Amino acid sequence: MADLLATIQLVRSSDWALDVELRCPNGITCIMGPSGSGKSTILGVLSGLTVPDAGRVAVGDHVWLDREKGIDVPVHQRRLAYVFQGLALFPHMSALHNVTYGMHHVPREERAPRALGLLHKLGVGHLATRRPRTFSGGEAQRVALARALARSPEVVLLDEPFSALDRDLRAQMIGLVREVVANLGVPVVQVTHSVGEARKLADQVVRIEKGKIVARGAPAEVLEGLTSVEE
Amino acid sequence: MGVTWDPLFLSLRVATMATCLTLVVGTGLALLLTWRKLPASNLVDALVSAPLVLPPTVLGYYLLVALGTESAVGRAWERLTGTTIVFTFTGAVVAAAVGSLPLVVRSIRVGLESIDHNLISAARTLGASPVRVLFTVVLPLAAPGIIAGAMLGFARALGDYGITQMVAGSRIDGVPTASIYVMDAMVANREHDARMMAIATTIVGVVLLYLANRLTRRLHPHRG
Repeated sequence: MADLLATIQLVRSSDWALDVELRCPNGITCIMGPSGSGKSTILGVLSGLTVPDAGRVAVGDHVWLDREKGIDVPVHQRRLAYVFQGLALFPHMSALHNVTYGMHHVPREERAPRALGLLHKLGVGHLATRRPRTFSGGEAQRVALARALARSPEVVLLDEPFSALDRDLRAQMIGLVREVVANLGVPVVQVTHSVGEARKLADQVVRIEKGKIVARGAPAEVLEGLTSVEE
Repeated sequence: MGVTWDPLFLSLRVATMATCLTLVVGTGLALLLTWRKLPASNLVDALVSAPLVLPPTVLGYYLLVALGTESAVGRAWERLTGTTIVFTFTGAVVAAAVGSLPLVVRSIRVGLESIDHNLISAARTLGASPVRVLFTVVLPLAAPGIIAGAMLGFARALGDYGITQMVAGSRIDGVPTASIYVMDAMVANREHDARMMAIATTIVGVVLLYLANRLTRRLHPHRG
C-alpha cells in the first residue's frame, strides 16, 4: 500500500496559520498537540472537508488535492475512512445500515453479509438491527470503526475517537485498533492530545503547536519527557 | 337552506395541493437559506417571510400582476394548459401556497438546523454524493420539521381568505372556499351555517396545529 503525502498551508488569521508537511507510511501516525494547534484541521484537509489556501495531498499515485494544478477530488470520491470525534453514527439507521452505507464498491447482495461479518469481528454483531441511541460508548465506537473499515479505505483518519471513553475501555479499543490496522496495511492518521494513547498506538508521532510541526519521529523519541494526564 | 360541506371539501383540496407546492418550494428555500451563503440572504429571507406581515390584499395584488393574463407567466401558463391561473382552482392553490410559505420554510429550517453537521460530513466521507446525502441523511433527519411545516402550512392554507379572494375570486366553479362561505353566510344572516363551517374549519386547524407542536418537540431526540 502507498504512503500518504501532504503539504498544507492555510491561514486562519493574522496570528494563526497552518503550515505542515506530512509523510505517513502504513501504520499509525499520531498527530499530537494542544487544543487549537490545527490537528483536526489537518484531518479536514486530508479528507477534503476543508480546502487549504495551498497544498497537495496524495496517496501513492492518487493525487487528491493539488491547489497549484487545480486538482480537488470531491470528498465522496476519496477512498478514505474517517471516524469523527463524536462518531457521527446516523441516528435514524440501524448499526447494519450504518455500516453498509459506505459500501458502494461492494455488489448490493454482498453488502449486508459483509457488514454483519465486520460487526461480529468487532464484537457488536448483536447490535445489527438496533439504532445508535441504544448503544453504550464502547459499542458505538466499535460500530463507528466497522463503518469506517467497510469502505476498504486507502487511508484511515481518526479524530480523537477514544476521548469520551473511560480508561479500561480506551485500553481495550486501542488494542482493537492496533489489531485491525495491522490487517489493513494502510496509513492511519490519528489525532490525539493523549500522550499515553500515542505511546501505545503510534508507529510515528508528529507534534504540532500553533499550526507548525515541532517534532516528529518514533514515539520513544518524540514523547520522551512528556507525561500523560491519564497515566 | 342548510349548511353545505362542499366549501370545506374545496378548501381541503386547495390546502392539500398548496401544501404539496409549498413543501417542494419551501424545502428548496430552507436548504438555501440554512446552508448556502446567498449574496442577499437577508433580503431573500425577508421576501419569503413577507406574507406574514403584508396585508392579504397587497399580496393578492402582486400575485394578480405577476400571474394575470397580461403577465409573461400567465400567458405562458395559458399557452401550456389552455386555462388561466387567476380566477381558477390553480389560482386558489397558488394564493394559499404563498400565504403558508413562510410558516413552512421556518419550520423546515428548524428541522435542518437541528441536524449535527458531522453527520453530513460523515456521509460525504462514506462516499455519498450530495444528492444521496440530501435524500438519505438530511431529509430523513429533518422529517419532523418538514412534517410539522406541512401541517402548519396546511392549516394556514385551509383558512386563507384575503389572498384567495383577490387571486381566485369568491367562487371556484360556483363553490366558495370555507372561509369565504363563512363570510357569505354571515352577510346573508345564515348564522347557523357560518357557525357550523367555522367550527369544522377550527377543529381541522387546531388538530393539525396540535400534531405539528408534538412533532416539533420530537426534533430533539434525533440530536447526537
